[in-house]
Amino acid sequence: MESMLHITTLHYLVLGAALFLLGVIGVLTRRNVVIVLMSIELILNAVNLNLVAFSRMWGGLHGQVFAIFIITDAAAEAAVGLGILIAFFRNKETINIDEVNLLKW
Amino acid sequence: MAPVATPFFFYLLSGIMLIGGILVITRKNPVHSALALIVTLLAQASIYLMLYAPFVAGVQIILYAGGIMVLFLFVIMLVSIDRSMRERQFNSQWVAGIIAATALGGLFIAVYTKGTSIFPEHALPVVENDNTQKIATMLYGQYMFAFEIASLLLLVAIIGAVVMAKKKI
Amino acid sequence: MGRIILYIQSYLSSDQTPGAAGNMFWVLVYIMLVFGGLSVAVIAMNWLERKILAHMQVRLGPMRVGPHGLLQPIADALKLLLKEDIMPAEADGVIFWVAPFVVVLAAFTVFVVVPFGPTHAITDMNIGILFMLGVSSLSVLGIVMAGWASNSHYPLIGALRSSAQMVSYEVAMGLAVVSVVLMTSLNATGTGTLSMIGIVQAQQSQGVWFIFKFFPLGLIGFFIFAVAMVAETNRAPFDLAEAESELTAGFHTEYSGFRWSLFFLAEYSAMIAVSSIAVTLWLGGWLRPFPNALSGSTWDFMFSFFPAAAFLFLAAITFFNVVRMPKHPLFRIQTIGLAGFGVVLGLIGLVLLVPAVRMRVQDIFWFSAKVAAFMYLYIWYRGTFPRYRFDQLMRMGWKVLLPMGLGVLILTAGVALLQQNLWHP
Repeated sequence: MESMLHITTLHYLVLGAALFLLGVIGVLTRRNVVIVLMSIELILNAVNLNLVAFSRMWGGLHGQVFAIFIITDAAAEAAVGLGILIAFFRNKETINIDEVNLLKW
Repeated sequence: MAPVATPFFFYLLSGIMLIGGILVITRKNPVHSALALIVTLLAQASIYLMLYAPFVAGVQIILYAGGIMVLFLFVIMLVSIDRSMRERQFNSQWVAGIIAATALGGLFIAVYTKGTSIFPEHALPVVENDNTQKIATMLYGQYMFAFEIASLLLLVAIIGAVVMAKKKI
Repeated sequence: MGRIILYIQSYLSSDQTPGAAGNMFWVLVYIMLVFGGLSVAVIAMNWLERKILAHMQVRLGPMRVGPHGLLQPIADALKLLLKEDIMPAEADGVIFWVAPFVVVLAAFTVFVVVPFGPTHAITDMNIGILFMLGVSSLSVLGIVMAGWASNSHYPLIGALRSSAQMVSYEVAMGLAVVSVVLMTSLNATGTGTLSMIGIVQAQQSQGVWFIFKFFPLGLIGFFIFAVAMVAETNRAPFDLAEAESELTAGFHTEYSGFRWSLFFLAEYSAMIAVSSIAVTLWLGGWLRPFPNALSGSTWDFMFSFFPAAAFLFLAAITFFNVVRMPKHPLFRIQTIGLAGFGVVLGLIGLVLLVPAVRMRVQDIFWFSAKVAAFMYLYIWYRGTFPRYRFDQLMRMGWKVLLPMGLGVLILTAGVALLQQNLWHP
């Protein structure tokens, strides 16, 4: 019980892993493109949490700086991904990921 | 300032995050998923505050919860049609997806149970008052190149998003 | 009883905000005080807006409900509480219910870091201004949710326009704030600070309010922030999204009764919040006018009579109006009410003359007086300017204010570099 009460780095890593798993399940099983993109954001957040937890453990700030870069990167990727989604929706009038099959043989 | 009631806040915030994550991947209505994701992101900002990272927490609130999620909500309003909410929500490979995720979870559990010895027993004491100044020194000193590339990446993303979403180029 | 007084006195002589000192009891007391003060301020703003707007339009405004309409806000609140709570049939229940709370939470959480004095804040986060900008950007989410959940096109268009406008002007606000943060780093150690109390202390140590620093750069930065903050809070002349003649009240069309009053409360709180940011960053926060030029104990003594003088002046105006009331027997109750109000104001003024109270209330008074000046400016803008069309609004946010903000930032950095190099080579 003491290990539950004293919060160590491992607790944060397990939380990050759980979020990562939720994001992976979301990406692999949902059909709605927007929800897939949101699950990708969950994955990126889990990675950020790991980085900041390790930065706390070792005392240097490199993890936090890299986490800021990842947040910036996620913003750019969300913008472009949503732009692609809008272009796709304008052509096919659906946001079902199974319908993205124009190249299927 | 000494931390107060750390286990209580950690379990509360991690519970909120996990419930929010589960709601994100299981809701039928994408607007509800977006709201659950906002709750998750705000809880994560609070966990950053617990990890003595106030600047990252501020950036998370401004950029993620206040910027990216507004973008998501706009696009959901543009493309969300009732027909998509009445269809089947989970795709045909959901069994394979769950198996893959379970395997990944098993891998994580194996790593964490075997590797507990490498984590130091007590975390180093951290001063919180000049976090922003230290991050700024590192960003503009050691990581200057990455900073410039990130700004170039944002420029490319802006142009790309505008070109993708325009009706006539 | 003596121990309670000793406890209060031992607290009042500390040199940290309660949040930084980790003192939970005083944090709760401060939160209650700020919450109560904010509610009183919103009620007063309601009455002041109607009266001042009316007098600007050469009419009288509410005069019936209490003497000179002083009880009008209470009547409005009662009416809103008693109205029927309508929810549209196809509306999304959860989101419709949650949206007003999100906006109110975002508007009220901002006051955690607002400094009324060097130790009179709930806490002093070292990312103070970043926290305020971030949390005030969460209200955009509430507006988008409100427009979407109403399931009708007027609220949806209003919400989309309103949120697009708020997001656009947040960028200009952020740039103006960055130029101020740069100015805080022009001290001996060369490190600036993001904390609100630190910014005011930087103004105090540099001896100049940031609005006058590197003239005219501070002034242009303040101007950019002043325009952006009016657009951020959806007030005239940028209130296309909620103007009655354009969109039948925009995103809160389908809200009635108590939920509408929550939006209204959040709008006024957001106005006070961004005015607090402007006052802290450019106008010297809690510092009295000329803290360094006219320093010394005699000037302090003379300036310390301002709070009492302000309240006694208000009491004098009230008694003047009591004398001018019609002498009809039907007006007797109103005359007595107004005289009572005047007596209350006079008593507050007299209490503020007591030396112990006078020394402590200085910072809070100057901060509140500057924020009140901003509130008057908000009402003045509403009564004077015509409304911007939406495309003109967006053009101004992106094509005018953003380049100006960038220019101010670069020029401030350049002038600061010259100052450091020429005078301390």
